[in-house]
Amino acid sequence: MVTQLFPLIVTGAETRRRGKTLVGPVDLQLEGQGITVVIGPNGAGKTTLLRMLHGAARLHAGSIRWACPTEEARHVQAFVFQRPVMLRRTVEENLIYPLRIRGVAKADARAQARDWAERVGLDQMLDRPAPALSGGEQQKLALARALIAKPELIFLDEPCASLDGRATREIEEILHTAAASGTRLILSTHDMGQARRLASDVLFLFKGRVHEAAPAESFFDTPQTPQARGFLRGDILE
Amino acid sequence: MVDLWQGLAQAFWMVVTLDPELVEIAARSLRVTLSALVVASAIALPLAAFLAVRRFRARRLIIALLNALMGLPPVVVGLIVYVLLSRSGPLGVLGLLFTPTAMVIAQVIIIVPLIASIAHQSIRDLWQEYHDLLISMNVTQWQKVRTLLWDARRALLTAALAGFGRAIGEVGAIMIVGGNIDHATRVLTTAIALETGKGEFALALALGFVLIGLAIAVNLSIHWLSRTEQEGRW
Repeated sequence: MVTQLFPLIVTGAETRRRGKTLVGPVDLQLEGQGITVVIGPNGAGKTTLLRMLHGAARLHAGSIRWACPTEEARHVQAFVFQRPVMLRRTVEENLIYPLRIRGVAKADARAQARDWAERVGLDQMLDRPAPALSGGEQQKLALARALIAKPELIFLDEPCASLDGRATREIEEILHTAAASGTRLILSTHDMGQARRLASDVLFLFKGRVHEAAPAESFFDTPQTPQARGFLRGDILE
Repeated sequence: MVDLWQGLAQAFWMVVTLDPELVEIAARSLRVTLSALVVASAIALPLAAFLAVRRFRARRLIIALLNALMGLPPVVVGLIVYVLLSRSGPLGVLGLLFTPTAMVIAQVIIIVPLIASIAHQSIRDLWQEYHDLLISMNVTQWQKVRTLLWDARRALLTAALAGFGRAIGEVGAIMIVGGNIDHATRVLTTAIALETGKGEFALALALGFVLIGLAIAVNLSIHWLSRTEQEGRW
């Protein structure tokens, strides 16, 4: 996939709530390939950073510049939440939704929904109400619903938190396949094993600041900052 | 107590024999109320969704006003509509006073705040659940409203049925603007008021039982048609 979005250039970006800085100032540049994993201790601002980059959290200072106009950039992005949001509809209707709002004909949308349901192993559940699915099934549906609109970039906020091993493996397989087919992924996780399995590059976040941005291998082998070294050792960071 | 039994027996007899006058009055009651319900829902439901998804300065004021207007005294509504539609009123030229249309207008004014308030609560809760997802999907304002109205449809049905209940049992406003004219604007509630005034308690009670039966039947059929209590649904 030839991306129109990247490079993403973030300069002095900052988001605040009630005068308190939650994330920032952040300076970074991301290129258009691979899986970027955002790691850091609880409360580091991982979710807020993803929301800020996606445009869902207000930017109070600095800038976030995509290679294309921001409005266009928003239309080729998707966001998968830690707690999947299910439309109160069937699995098939959930899958159809992103296509229908883009004006895809119903028959075509249904065919694509069936295809994606099969890819993520939900083809036997098309008529089931989505909110009645298990946590793992809901997350797979959320992923398929994000992927069905063929976004160039997907933000994933701890997509495997509270899932069991099997569901986590299935989700990771879907993510690997998506990345291999050219979809850019930026995901946050607190699971170091998952970060090692998925990351092509890592953003280490601590107290709202990006302390390290490096290729995965060099980050895990030779972390540059004391905070990252401590985090990888399993120290409690305060 | 004797009147109660007589009323029940008479109601049963009138229903079984399909008493022509009862059928006419009951049909008019249903026609007026259902028309008012359709018009009121068409106004109140999109208004409720709009109030849930849009942030603007007067939003809280409008919500508070709608909540306050749920207790709108029907007699006062009737009086206002009467003044507006009377020959010397601003809408007098339409010639609507003492017609079923005037009754529909009065009922719409009475039930719009009720339906909008109840619907707003449900849609607001659903909007909180959907907010991040729909924002991330870049849906337009109109698509948001449509999605919320569709996905909250069962809760909205309850709001509409509350409006139906209020409208079909209403007497004060429609008595004023309809005039309780035989074969023209007489409905079940105004007929009950008339028969009670005449001391025909058994007949008034019979009409009352028919009214209750009708309200329950409409509620049950709408619930059944929309399968609100079906297992695995929302």
